[in-house]
Amino acid sequence: MSIKMLEAGYPTPRFDAMAKVTGEEKYAVDHTREDILWAGAKRSGIAHGIIRGIDLSEARALKGVYAVLTRNDVAGTNRQGIVHKDQPVLAGSKVRHCGDPVALVLAEDRDTLKKALSLIEVDFEPLHGVFDPEEALKPEAPLVHEAGNLLQKAVVRVGNTIEAFNECDSVVEDSFEVPGQEHAFIETENGLAWLEPDGGIVMIVSTQAPFRDRFEIAHALGIEVDAIRIIAPYLGGGFGGKDGATVQCLLALAALHAGGRPVKMCWDREESFIAGYKRHPVRMWYRLGSMRDGTLHALQCRLIYDTGAYAHLGVEVMALGMEHAGGPYRIPNTLIEGWCVYTNNPISGAMRGFGVCQTSFGIERMMDLLASKLGMSRLDIRLKNALLRGDRNCAGVTLVHSTGIVPCLETLGRHCLWSESGKWKAAAGPFKRRGVGIAAVSNAMGYGRGLPDSAIARVELTREGKIRVYGGVADMGQGNASAFIQMAGQILRQDASRMEIVQPDTSRTHPSGSSSAGRTTYTYGNALILACKELKDKLLHRAALMLMLDEARGLTLIPGKVRHLPSGREVPLDLLGRTFPETDRIAVKQFIMPVAQDDVDTGKEFKIGFPHVFFSFAAHLACVEVDELTGKIDVKGYLAVTEGGRVLNPTGFEQQVHGAVAQGLGYGLMEEVLLDHGRILNPNFTGYIIPTSLDVPEVASICVETVEATGPFGMKGIGEVGTNAPLPAIAGAVEDAVGRRLRRSPLTAASILRATASGCGVDG
Amino acid sequence: MKISFYLNGKQTDVDVPPDRKFVNVLREDLGITGAKEGCGAGECGSCTILVDGRACLSCLMAAVQLQGRQVTTIEGLAAGGTLHPVQEAFIEYGAVQCGFCTPGVILAAVHLLNQNPDPTREQIRVGLSGNLCRCSGYVKIVDAVEAAARKMREGKPR
Repeated sequence: MSIKMLEAGYPTPRFDAMAKVTGEEKYAVDHTREDILWAGAKRSGIAHGIIRGIDLSEARALKGVYAVLTRNDVAGTNRQGIVHKDQPVLAGSKVRHCGDPVALVLAEDRDTLKKALSLIEVDFEPLHGVFDPEEALKPEAPLVHEAGNLLQKAVVRVGNTIEAFNECDSVVEDSFEVPGQEHAFIETENGLAWLEPDGGIVMIVSTQAPFRDRFEIAHALGIEVDAIRIIAPYLGGGFGGKDGATVQCLLALAALHAGGRPVKMCWDREESFIAGYKRHPVRMWYRLGSMRDGTLHALQCRLIYDTGAYAHLGVEVMALGMEHAGGPYRIPNTLIEGWCVYTNNPISGAMRGFGVCQTSFGIERMMDLLASKLGMSRLDIRLKNALLRGDRNCAGVTLVHSTGIVPCLETLGRHCLWSESGKWKAAAGPFKRRGVGIAAVSNAMGYGRGLPDSAIARVELTREGKIRVYGGVADMGQGNASAFIQMAGQILRQDASRMEIVQPDTSRTHPSGSSSAGRTTYTYGNALILACKELKDKLLHRAALMLMLDEARGLTLIPGKVRHLPSGREVPLDLLGRTFPETDRIAVKQFIMPVAQDDVDTGKEFKIGFPHVFFSFAAHLACVEVDELTGKIDVKGYLAVTEGGRVLNPTGFEQQVHGAVAQGLGYGLMEEVLLDHGRILNPNFTGYIIPTSLDVPEVASICVETVEATGPFGMKGIGEVGTNAPLPAIAGAVEDAVGRRLRRSPLTAASILRATASGCGVDG
Repeated sequence: MKISFYLNGKQTDVDVPPDRKFVNVLREDLGITGAKEGCGAGECGSCTILVDGRACLSCLMAAVQLQGRQVTTIEGLAAGGTLHPVQEAFIEYGAVQCGFCTPGVILAAVHLLNQNPDPTREQIRVGLSGNLCRCSGYVKIVDAVEAAARKMREGKPR
């Protein structure tokens, strides 16, 4: 394979691809050490109950069991949680969902571990559980936490909505419901930990937030932050599910009780389902009013987020959902109320689209409904109300940065899948009905106000003359590491063969936040650009010394060398690397993402992460064919138009769009965490079906380029926005095909058949 | 029980219980970690290996089933350090994202192309339908396999 120069904007093969196609790349789960022990958690198995006692005697007596630990072995607060510290490392007195861990076993091998876990007997006093978020808000509901089941009530309000509805010519109203979704990364939660001779803990773990993990562990287990070193190799997928404690605290606890032996913990698929986080199930009630010409005037909605047994990022997820509840539209009067509620269901948390997938379904269904009531085209009503730079969004924030929803919709409107949709629909065969649906969505970038979205980049010229980037933020597959190489290579004019990257390691790289929120490449990239410029300046000045030049003017970096352009004289980079001490070859720079400057008089309940000011935009179109006999939906065509500033690497951009569409189609058509009294009925890939190569159609991806002036090379994060559109686009298409209103996802064949058979115009 | 097989062309002897899952023999006993375990139940395809040239799920195979067989893992695909055309195409066409499913998908694709050197896109999709990928949406994977097939056909004397 030829060596290519790294140029922004050019489709560049990923830097990590070579090691991944040869099997060389070591993920966390591939790491091992001599003489390991295996750790595993005993899960409660019941959704709500008091722990009266735990009989560990048989497990402890089993040959090959090294230790069995309980709450009493935890020296710290025993509490984990990113914002709200409400989740025990090991439950001591009470369990709140089926996945709560009550004991931790360390064993010589995995078979013994499994046996030992089955021998642990927990004596529970079962409590009534609460599994419906609306039931949980009633005064007589069983309490999941003592302080009450309402984790957070919040209001986002702009203008005078109640009065504004009286001024509307047309008002539509409806309710929607979406279930939990599983991240289903292929590498399940896992890690390897050991104690160093000085007592420090080292952990190699599949995590999106290595620096935060240290604080989680330190707080929960009562140890010093600087005694914990976290190493985060490339992840085998994350999507939000590895942002927050999974194995970390349990594994650190195990390492502290392993007599100096290394410990490995690896959740199997079923444990990943039962104990891992989910996308929030949400119930939504919407009311949307417009003037006769389709101009939106008032929006009211109530959103109930089921956060399950623990907060995780529930409040923040809901906050983002509320910020996007009005879609990418100009609506002068909004009243958006949200309730984030504890139940005894599995824990809901961060997942790609972060609360926005759900409300995108709500608002986009409303837009279709309003268009139909007004007799307007679904595209025209969206275009008429689409946000422009300078408008205020539904949370009252002025959009001062790149705002590209109008060109996205215009591009969609010019595409043949839209312009020729009538002809295509009319050509449906016998017992088939065809429909086309569209959706317009946005997704905020960054942590939002109140939580500095910061990264610290470090870049070095090595003694061997290579450029090494110390990436402080994990790569869960989205390709940020490769983007960092591309940026540094372009600024320092080096080709890929002269570049290296260090994955996050709290001992070697600098705190740069989590790999999340569409902020990874933007924030770290901006810091990296600053660091590369400083390093470039340093290297040119050191090279000037070696060439006996009075000043650095006329010097430039070229691959492997510094060249003095006027004279043609050169200094090889390895010579420069060997000549100067490390401090002369390193640059470290910090960048913090700008935040909204509007003093929005709303959302006061959100202490952090509200509001946001950067958004990426997308308009999607789905063509579906519905089988009248079976209700089966075939997605025959799909178009995704995306605006995310400038594109650094078109291949990487498309990877993100395609992947987001696939996950969104799964969410729309087949994925649902099925629950019975808090117990997951489909905790594996046999019962929980994710899209295969036969389920995802060819996806046409078109990029509408703008320039985000604050972004590295003009880019914004686009990893999440594409996940929000497939469900509403598919629902619109199916509704177009079968003429029934669809209010609940996923749109399975059975649900379509029910809707069409009922004849009542709804899906029940 | 002593079991002998050829691993990436090299004779390999292990002494393990006959019913030990072969993916564990590879990953834990031999330290060959290219085959990944994503579900342990034959649903995800990330543990795919080639046994006598055929794609098999190593999480569903007992060690004893490998006696005397030729086993190829992703580590053994690049013969003599030269990438297999499928590996090359995966890099070039952007078919690699997190990469965790990649070894299994590549080996399934190699098996497919051995059976059918000129598959349609639909046949590629059917051939890879046992391998779950959560990152990609499969479009670029199909592109890569199509390109590799083309290259392999062109590289062969008619």
